Amino acid sequence: MPPALAVHALEKRYGPVHALKGVDLAVQEGELVGLLGPNGAGKSTLVKIAVGLVRATAGRAEVVGARAGSRAARAQLGYLAELFRFPGWYTADEVLSLHQRLTGSEGGTAERGRLLELVALDDSRGRRVDGMSKGMQQRLGIAQALVGSPRVLVLDEPTSALDPAGRRVVRVLLEDLRDRGVSVLLNSHLLSEIELVCDRVAILRAGEVVAAGSPAELSRPRGVELETDEGTRTIDGATREDVPELVAAAVAAGRRVYGARVLTSTLEDTYLEAVGDEVS
Amino acid sequence: MVLTIMGYGFREAVRRKVFTVVVLLTAAFLVLFWLATHFVFSRLSTVTPPAGILVDKRTFAGAFLLGLAMFATLFLGVVLAVFLTLGVVSGDAERGLLQPLVVRPVGRSTLLLSRFLGAALVCIVYVLAVYGIALAIIDVAGSWTPPSPAEPGLELAGGVVIVIALSILGSVVLSATANGIAIFMLFGAGLVAGLLGSIGHALGSTTIEHASRIAAWALPFEALYQDGLRLISSSATGATGFLLQLGPFGGAFVHGWGVRVWAAAYLCAALALAVFLFRRRDL
Repeated sequence: MPPALAVHALEKRYGPVHALKGVDLAVQEGELVGLLGPNGAGKSTLVKIAVGLVRATAGRAEVVGARAGSRAARAQLGYLAELFRFPGWYTADEVLSLHQRLTGSEGGTAERGRLLELVALDDSRGRRVDGMSKGMQQRLGIAQALVGSPRVLVLDEPTSALDPAGRRVVRVLLEDLRDRGVSVLLNSHLLSEIELVCDRVAILRAGEVVAAGSPAELSRPRGVELETDEGTRTIDGATREDVPELVAAAVAAGRRVYGARVLTSTLEDTYLEAVGDEVS
Repeated sequence: MVLTIMGYGFREAVRRKVFTVVVLLTAAFLVLFWLATHFVFSRLSTVTPPAGILVDKRTFAGAFLLGLAMFATLFLGVVLAVFLTLGVVSGDAERGLLQPLVVRPVGRSTLLLSRFLGAALVCIVYVLAVYGIALAIIDVAGSWTPPSPAEPGLELAGGVVIVIALSILGSVVLSATANGIAIFMLFGAGLVAGLLGSIGHALGSTTIEHASRIAAWALPFEALYQDGLRLISSSATGATGFLLQLGPFGGAFVHGWGVRVWAAAYLCAALALAVFLFRRRDL
């Protein structure tokens, strides 16, 4: 069974700019993978190659075993672009209807109603796009990406225009999709969002993957902080399991122990460590 | 799928009031044209050619007025064609309208050719309708029709379809504004080359005629328009034909089936190039 989405040694050059320098990444079936990185790291380029909007200079990208950009690949894919717009004179229902025809979906009114309900737009079915807020349009964009029940969903900054309630709707939706076996590649600047929903995270910097793993793996232990009558000191490399021994050793050495705290790096720490001084 | 995309383009044009503008301009033109035709034919008997020159006044006036109508129809048809297609790729991509459509299984070739077909259908109907109304006005006001009334209209429509293909090709590589400017300048260059050909013919300048021929082959919408003009005055002989040839609606030096076949091949090549470039273009 091929991965839902896979890129191998992917390279992209825009003239003198080397946007991607041999990226390897795979999204397995039912997996939710987050892409992180500062502006210009190559995240959007990677996403655009995966959905066939941009041609790779070298390497390959595949969607369920089909070459990215091919008709077979596009038939498996749902995509929400970072910068997108629907014709302002279309209603929400008409936007979904148009995409149903383009994907060959036979879901009809029932599918449109279900999708609008999923993104909390069921009461805006007849509302025209130019009468919607940015957040509503973004949620409609997510519903559009889900037309035809794609096996792979690629979302480029899907919550950038959403308020906290809207983000929660999307987070719950993503978890629901994962439970139903849909694979998701999520490109987002919001670390907290990635940390909450993603099974794995890849951090890009200057066109290369500089860190990858589950949020738990990336949030690795950094040591134990021990507070005694001599002050506070950090024991690097120590873990939660080392705490009783460290405390016992301090007491045996005649120290009075006031507290011990296990230090773990957050995804944010790992991200900042990985991207160095680049500002996102 | 093709009909869906054609309908999408059509609705966009309706929304952008392209049709409203064109219908208003066309109505204004047709009213003025009817007035001009009415007065020209009602006072035709008072016009006296110079002594010794035998001119068929009715044929001269009818062919001249129909030539004028063909020029206006071509111009309005090109305006409609350009505004329907100038932003089909770059313009829509810049606005973020294109990306959600391109990632669908429909395919880039189908998407582009459907937009072409939609615009071509609208423009063909438009050009034939305006040309037909102009013919009817001349027939009613002056009891004159050209020897082969259908062919010039079809050639005009063919010319506009070539402009649509060029505009779609331009939209792949140029921004919407740059594309609109480029197509209108090409259109203007073609018309000027045609007029130069007439002047060259009157002056007996083979160099100017040669330049005009090259322009007609390079821009076959102009060649089709010129061939249409030639057809409406093809029955005029003697001084009448000579005077018509001297005028701005004089007719073609490149004409016949050769240029029609070339125009069809040119159209296919422009579309093939547009599809080839669009399929390779990063969005």
